[in-house]
This record gives sequence, C-alpha cells and structure tokens, in this order.
Amino acid sequence: MSEPATVFDEMGWPDQIRPPYALVDAWLKSVPAEQLALKRREAEVLFRRIGITFAVYTEGGDPERLIPFDLIPRVMAQAEWQSLRKGLEQRVRALNAFIHDVYHDREILKAGRIPERLVLNNPQFRPEMVGLDLPHNVYTHIAGIDMVRTGPDEYYVLEDNCRTPSGVSYMVENREVMMRLFPELFRRAGVAPVAHYGDELLETLRSVAPPNCQGEPTVVLLTPGIHNSAYYEHAFLADEMGIDLVEGADLLVRNEICYMRSTSGLTRVDVIYRRIDDDYIDPLVFRPESMLGAPGLHFATRAGNLTLANAIGAGIADDKAVYIHVPEMVRFYLGEEPLLQNVPTHDCSKPDDLAYTLAHIDQLVVKAVHGSGGYGMLVGPHASKAEIETFVAQLKARPHDYVAQPTLALSTVPTFVESGIAPRHVDLRPFVLSGEQIRIVPGGLTRVALRDGSLVVNSSQGGGTKDTWVLER
Amino acid sequence: MLARTASNLFWLARYMERADYLARLLQVAGHMSAVRVDADGNSEWESAIAAAGCHEEFFGKHEAATAGSVIDYLAFDRGNPSSICNCIETSRRNARAVRTALTSDMWEAVNTSWMELRDFESSEMNEDRLTEFLDWVKARTSLVHGVYANTMLRRDGFHFTRIGQFLERADNTARLLDVKYHVRLPTVQDVGGVVDYYQWLAVLRVVGARRAYRVLFKGHVEPAQVAELLILRPEFPRSLVFCFEQICLNLDAIESHDPRLSSECKRIAHSQYAALRFGQIEPIIEQGLHEFLSELVDRCGLLGAEIARGHLF
Repeated sequence: MSEPATVFDEMGWPDQIRPPYALVDAWLKSVPAEQLALKRREAEVLFRRIGITFAVYTEGGDPERLIPFDLIPRVMAQAEWQSLRKGLEQRVRALNAFIHDVYHDREILKAGRIPERLVLNNPQFRPEMVGLDLPHNVYTHIAGIDMVRTGPDEYYVLEDNCRTPSGVSYMVENREVMMRLFPELFRRAGVAPVAHYGDELLETLRSVAPPNCQGEPTVVLLTPGIHNSAYYEHAFLADEMGIDLVEGADLLVRNEICYMRSTSGLTRVDVIYRRIDDDYIDPLVFRPESMLGAPGLHFATRAGNLTLANAIGAGIADDKAVYIHVPEMVRFYLGEEPLLQNVPTHDCSKPDDLAYTLAHIDQLVVKAVHGSGGYGMLVGPHASKAEIETFVAQLKARPHDYVAQPTLALSTVPTFVESGIAPRHVDLRPFVLSGEQIRIVPGGLTRVALRDGSLVVNSSQGGGTKDTWVLER
Repeated sequence: MLARTASNLFWLARYMERADYLARLLQVAGHMSAVRVDADGNSEWESAIAAAGCHEEFFGKHEAATAGSVIDYLAFDRGNPSSICNCIETSRRNARAVRTALTSDMWEAVNTSWMELRDFESSEMNEDRLTEFLDWVKARTSLVHGVYANTMLRRDGFHFTRIGQFLERADNTARLLDVKYHVRLPTVQDVGGVVDYYQWLAVLRVVGARRAYRVLFKGHVEPAQVAELLILRPEFPRSLVFCFEQICLNLDAIESHDPRLSSECKRIAHSQYAALRFGQIEPIIEQGLHEFLSELVDRCGLLGAEIARGHLF
C-alpha cells in the first residue's frame, strides 16, 4: 500500500526534527532499546493492574482488553495549541447555539442556511425538547471534537461528538503512566498538566444545576453498568470527581424530583452526567423496554428539577450530514469566520455528489451518516475490489445514509512497532467542557493507527493511544 | 451512601473471607487425611464439605466425597457458586461495580488476585501446585483485608465492608465447630481418643489458632476449651464474640441510618452479642452445643437479610 508522498510527520522523524520534539528526540536517542522495551512491558502491567480495560464487542477471547499504549508522546507547541483551542471554543459555542435554536425559534432553518428536512426528519431530533430552556442554554456539556492534521498549519475537524464522547480517561491515565515510567523526562519537558480534568468537569456540571436546585447541587454519573465497553471510564470519572456512580436501578423519580436510593433513604439528585444514549434514558419517553435509565428523568428535567448532561437531543448537532453545515453555524450564530476547517464533504443524498462519489470511490472515505466507531465505513484506497463492490451496492440502495470525504494524508508520529520505530497515522480528540464558561484541558486523546498505512484509529479496529503533550513554553 | 455500593462492599468482603476459609479448610482436610491412622481417609473430606455448608449441593453432583471431588468442588468448580474461584471472581465483580468506593490500593489488590487466579486456572493442578494455590489464596485474602483496613476512610463504606467480613467469619466459625462436634465423632469410644485429639487439633489449625490455644489454655487440647476459644474468647479474632462485637461496632457507626429501617438488624446483632459476651461455655455445652451453633448460623442468615433490608440493598 503506497503512501502519498506528502505525509506530514509531526516530529519530522528521523532527520528533520521539529522544535517541539527536540527533547523527545534526544530522549529516544539516549535511552537504550532494551530499556524502552522493558518500559513498554511495565506500562502494560500498569494498565492491567489499574484495570484500564476496554470491552470489545462481538469477538471471543479476553472480554477485557487493553488499548495498546505507545510510549512515544505526541507533542504540540503552546502556540499550536492556542490556535486550536480558540477554534474549538468557537466551534462548540456554535454547536450549542445551533441545538438551542433548533429546539426553539429555528432561525437558521427559517433563514434557509440549513435544510429543514435534515434537522426535523432526523432521528436525532427530539421533539420532546422543543421549547425547553436549559441552564446557560448548554446542550453538549462535554463535546469530543475529532481533529486530524495534514500539515504544520492544516487542521481539519473530522467529526463532532456531542452526545457521550468517551476516551478522556485514557488522556488522563496515559499521562499518569508516562509520568510513573519516565519521571525525569517530565522534569525537563514543561508539559501542561491534564490531571485536573475531573475538577474541571465537576465545576462544569455544578454550574448547570437546574433552577430548582437548593444549596449545593448533588451530581452523579449514570452508567449502563459493568458490561458497558466504557465502564472503566465511567468509574474513573466518578472517582476523579468524588461523586456517586449510579445505575438506572439506583434512581427514581417522584413528583418530578429525581432521587437515588442510599443507605439512609432517598437522596435528591440535581445533575446527572449520563453515559447512556437518549434512547435508553427514560422509558416513559423513549424505548419503553429500557432498564438502563429511569422512568421520569425527562419530566424531572422539564420541571426544572434536574439537569441531564449531555442534554437529550444534543445528537442533532453531530449527525454526519449536519456536520457539513457547522462552518455555516459559526457564521450564523457568532458572526465570525470559522477558525477550524471541515473536511470537504460530499453529501450522497445529492445526485451530483453521489455521482462524484461513485466515480471516485477508490480515492474517497465513505461513511454511514449514523454510524460510529469505524463501523459502516469504507476507506477507498485501502479497500479490496470485493469490499468496494459490496459497499457500492449499499450506497446505491440508501444514498441518504452516506457522506464521502477525500482520503486525507493524516499526519504521522513515530511509534513503536515490531520492527522498531516507524511513523503511524494519528488523530486528536480534545474534550471541550461547556457550562457557565468553556473549559478545555490542554491536549486531548491522541489515537494512533498501529497497522502500517492504516488510517483507522478506532480502538475497536486495532488503534492505540499516545500521551499528548502541550508544551507550556 | 448509595445502597448498591454498600451492598457491593458487603459482598466483596464476604466472598474474600469465604475464599480464605475454604482454603484453610482444604489444607487441613488434606493434612488430616494424610495422618489418619485408620483407612477411612475420606470422611475427612466429607466433613470438609459439611463445614463448607454445601452438603446437599455437593452430593447432588458427586457420589462420594474423595480428595479429588472435594478439592475440585470447593476450590475450582465454576458450577459451585461458593468455590474459591467463584468467590474471588464474585469479589472482583463486586469491586468492579463500585470502583469509585474503593481505594486504588484496594482495587489493585482485588484485581491482581483475579488476574493471578486466571493463571492458576489455566495451569495444570497437582499436589504441589495445589499447596501453592491454597497458600496463595490465604496470602491474597489477607492482603485484601489488610489493604482495606489500612486505606479506607472510616465512613459507611468501611463499616459495610467490615460487617460483611465478620458476618461471614462468624458463620464459618460456627459451622466449623458444629461439624466437628457432630459429624466427626462416629462412636462414643472415639471421644477422647487419638483420632479425636487430631480432630480438635485440626479445628484449631483451620482457624489458625494452634498457638493462641497454647497461650490461653496451656496443656492438652480439650474440646470444651476449643469451643470456648472459638465462641467466647474476645481476644481471639475469629471467635464468635469477636465477630459480633465487630458487627455491632460497625452497625452503630453507620452514620446515615434511618432508625425506622435499621432498628431490627441492630436488635438482632446486639442481642446475639450480649449472649456471647456474657455467655459461659458449660451451660452452652449442657444445653446442647449443636443447638446453640445451628441457631447462631440461622441468626447470621437472618442478620444478613435484615442488614440488606434496613439499608435498602
């Protein structure tokens, strides 16, 4: 599989080392290979022991496996980060403004900037939320914005995750493990800390307490339970915030007030950081058979007695077809030019775009609009003839369900592989917290495609992670 | 605290305590069947099954209690919910469900035990390996108990953990003693004989009290004194009185209790504690040790149910 000649290596490895990586380069050259191999094994033992595991569906074998962790950090200079940070803040403000708008006056639809069909006929649009006012008008309190880089100053947003983005525990734990393994490296590097993410998250959640909350808000984290693939993260975050980790059966709603069952009786709950999809959150409103949420949560919210974070219906902003219009949202709501670029995207529901996609399918990445986690996705340049044929059949049958994007030459960062050190493609998921103000912990989660030439970084598809450094100076 | 969290901590500690007890029981049964002078080595194993409280379930599955069948059933059988392997598995499942309520040291102790258990399970078992395994179980359970005692905040979570551990221990001690008094002495002539002597020594070994007995009573092993040690001596950390003292202390320390809900479990615990605290061994034996002990086992069951009801588990 040939690589485009223009792949940007963020380190400039091996012989054109970019300034932010000077220390990493010196470190890699000075530490003997066998010691690094030893540290890699140590890292794995640490992850296992701490129990940072991830459940992968549909496969046999070990149900709790590790996401491979790569020791070589991904480094960003402070200036690089600052420009990203501003763009992220702007984008998430626009996303929240958009969600608020579509559940209220629908100005952007009336102005014809976004097709009405795309929003009102979208399964992620929740009529239950129409006319409901939320604290600080925030819907996506925790957003994960997936970014890729193709050159020194070229960043693209790949997708916005406005519902229940995961992965932040790896951001924090990767740092923790790196600092345990290489304390001397951190003494010299001046890396912006990430360990306060839990504090920032809790502040954010407390700042969106519902109008009827009396005194200090009680915040809990709602998990589907230990069988969920991200359970470790739920427990981790609850722990970092020092709040209760609850399951649906621990909650109940009486007279539109939410309580949890505690050893001393019922305790009132004000804010729920929920890691359960809309469909399962409240069986009285959505799927009636769901045992994961609790009946009445939505009514408690409507009554001003409860805040759900993220809000029901936030998913309308991260649909892959709506994604195309995010730059327009920035212009419409903020009156600013977007600082972060979208990947040019073909909407296959349009005949011209579909024709283009079919003609260039071997060069494009085609994604299912409602898919996630790297499923339902075709990477044209890397697909076999048979794979393309099967995919084209699906695409022709339901063109509305697909969008297509050029195959970007994703940047690489040197990574440990079997044969030594080699460049591997990476992306970045920063986490943007919105409450009374926007908070972003510097960096984010770097995912790395471990297979040679692969562009798919999802952990369910053989991706790994790296520690992400933002240098303080 | 969240009721489910309290319940998970309670069961986490119970299952760890049970794993420890089963490992001790199997070690001593193995030891005893080796030193038996008569040919009937298997009755040791049958008594181990009785002392584990799973007589019925075991004989529903196995014809006879032999070294092989009992060790497999009590240590490894995944079909037996109370086998050592399942105890550790269940402990870990409970721990995982309440990770936020555990200290990180505690989680690592439980999780590492579980990971090492899987290594044991995937390797072939022979006599040496079994000894290693049982020693390992004792060491790991001690570690888990030590770690929680040394790292947990003295708040409700700790108290529920403590109650789980000592309720299980009381139950085990009572069963062990009861089995020795009634299953293990086939004929009247055996009482006071060589076999009997080894039996009582074995009881002391299971609860790790050989030396404690010597310190407190000096001299020959006497059944009545073994009973006194295991039931009434407050200095001995596996005695029933010690266990109930711990249960009462921790029940009383639970901060956020609703008095209407939790009064019944406290009543049961305190009345039992008073009976033990002021009890004397002679009248207990005169009125029937078996009756006393089986009533106590029932009480433990009732108390467990009331604690759960009283704290909305």
